[in-house]
Amino acid sequence: MSDQPTTAVDLAWNVRNSVSKAVDVVDEYLARIDERDGEINAFNLVLTDQARERAAEIDEMISLGRDPGPLAGVPVALKDNLCTRGIPTTCSSKILADWKPPYDATVVTRLRDAGAIFVGKTNLDEFAMGSSTENSAFGPTKNPLDTSRVPGGSSGGSAAAVAANFAAVSFGSDTGGSIRQPAALCGVVGVKPTYGAVSRLGLIAFGSSLDQIGPFAHTVRDAAVALETISGHDPGDSTSIQQGPLDLSRTLDSGVEGLRVGRISDLPKGASPDVEERLEAAFDALREAGAEIVDVEMPAFNYGLTAYYLIAPAEASSNLARFDGVRFGMRTPAPDTNSMYTATRTDGFGAEVKRRIMLGTYALSAGYYDAYYGRAQKVRRLIANDFAAAYAKADVLLTPASPTVAFKLGDKASDPLAMYLCDTYTIPSNLTGDPGMSVPFGTGEHGMPVGVQILAPALKDHVMFQAAATLERHMQNHQDQNVSGS
Amino acid sequence: MGDSLGRVPDVPKISAADVSKVATLARLSLTDDELTTATAELSAMLDHFADIDALDLDGVEPMMQPTPLANVMREDIEGETLDRDEVLGQAPLTEDGRFRVPPIIGIED
Repeated sequence: MSDQPTTAVDLAWNVRNSVSKAVDVVDEYLARIDERDGEINAFNLVLTDQARERAAEIDEMISLGRDPGPLAGVPVALKDNLCTRGIPTTCSSKILADWKPPYDATVVTRLRDAGAIFVGKTNLDEFAMGSSTENSAFGPTKNPLDTSRVPGGSSGGSAAAVAANFAAVSFGSDTGGSIRQPAALCGVVGVKPTYGAVSRLGLIAFGSSLDQIGPFAHTVRDAAVALETISGHDPGDSTSIQQGPLDLSRTLDSGVEGLRVGRISDLPKGASPDVEERLEAAFDALREAGAEIVDVEMPAFNYGLTAYYLIAPAEASSNLARFDGVRFGMRTPAPDTNSMYTATRTDGFGAEVKRRIMLGTYALSAGYYDAYYGRAQKVRRLIANDFAAAYAKADVLLTPASPTVAFKLGDKASDPLAMYLCDTYTIPSNLTGDPGMSVPFGTGEHGMPVGVQILAPALKDHVMFQAAATLERHMQNHQDQNVSGS
Repeated sequence: MGDSLGRVPDVPKISAADVSKVATLARLSLTDDELTTATAELSAMLDHFADIDALDLDGVEPMMQPTPLANVMREDIEGETLDRDEVLGQAPLTEDGRFRVPPIIGIED
């Protein structure tokens, strides 16, 4: 782990230029998985044979003078809520344990067409509901940097897979922070792009107005290339924005001279001192690089958690109604359909999923709709108004990605509300659909990584990446001074 | 009694009867212990979520989703569909190219 992992960009360059063979690259990653995933449990399924076959195909293409694409030979891990045709896609739920989708998610097709090699399907909190990957029917994932700690969630398997270098790039989904928070806790880059920039076709839905797919990577540039590969309009997703792929790499090294970086003066308290300290260091680094720090007020930011935990469960209760034992997944036999639905769902769903389905059903039920779901949607508007006002003054905003470094397994498992508070800083941009990303920026308590979150207005993903690349460069240039609270 | 907003935190926002009804609507069955736990958890959450009670939301337009897109249509032309056998092959029970379910009008529980 002391060696710097090879970047996806370098891996692909080497394979495309016959410096290395895809089969050797893949074998190296599979060997690492074999050696250490028993301990980490990042994967629900390792695609050993398929990965080797695909690598041989990539090498064959190269030998015939054909270009397999920008991710040629890059080992990629997929969150297990992304549909892969004929390959189990479980959402880490008992209810889908044996299900093999009859189609590929659009991102899966695009990655394959770009030459990526899928090494496995990664663990998650069941149906992406959680912030620690402890709510998995197949056991928790451990943080590769300290296996007594969680990797964050819900895309904890994908974050851990990159942190342990089981894959050069991985993909997750982010409904309330499920990419950015685990990226922060595992010390890797994680991006939630603008809502609609990436097709959701084949992402098993949690909260349809909030869900967005995005990459985890070792470097900001790798994340940019990965996101360019999967973004762009898809007629199969009616919420997909009608424009081409995001253009991120071209301006990546443009710096932040004159960029207005917003500090939210009334940001909800609750981040631990080590995280606060690293956030301040990030403001300093951007100022040093020529950015201007401006204060913005966002009084409704604090209400994001409430709005989210009414809206997301409401959407989930509707989306998860399809798991009824009829068309896919498991069925618990019963004498009539109604009791079969109930028996199947009661056996198939875990505790947190049931909790959210009930919360959402309540928020949508007759007599409570206006008081809960209706009011939450109005609060969502207030938050969007706050962001619009903030972005009139600032080009990007900086906040913590997570209030704390990675916590111990079991620490929050029995207190759902404490777990929900992990998402305080990430949730608001899901409600608005704006992009956000977490960049590793030194370490905090217990030597664990701290992630800084960069937020930007919709479709300004490239500006967010410029700020991220600047922070990353700062880290590379100041290796020894990036520790706090240890 | 109550806090600055006049809320009385000791009175649960949601009763066991409410939770039981919600579970039925959601096609979930709870044991007595699960019902007690769920009622306590949901009450605690709804208490926390009461922070928005104080907001004046009159005249605020509800926000359903983040994009300005509305009613996206496509041309009515034939496209590829999923393979029927592949789809049915993933169902718990099928018969003659269809999903098989138990009787719809059956034994009431």
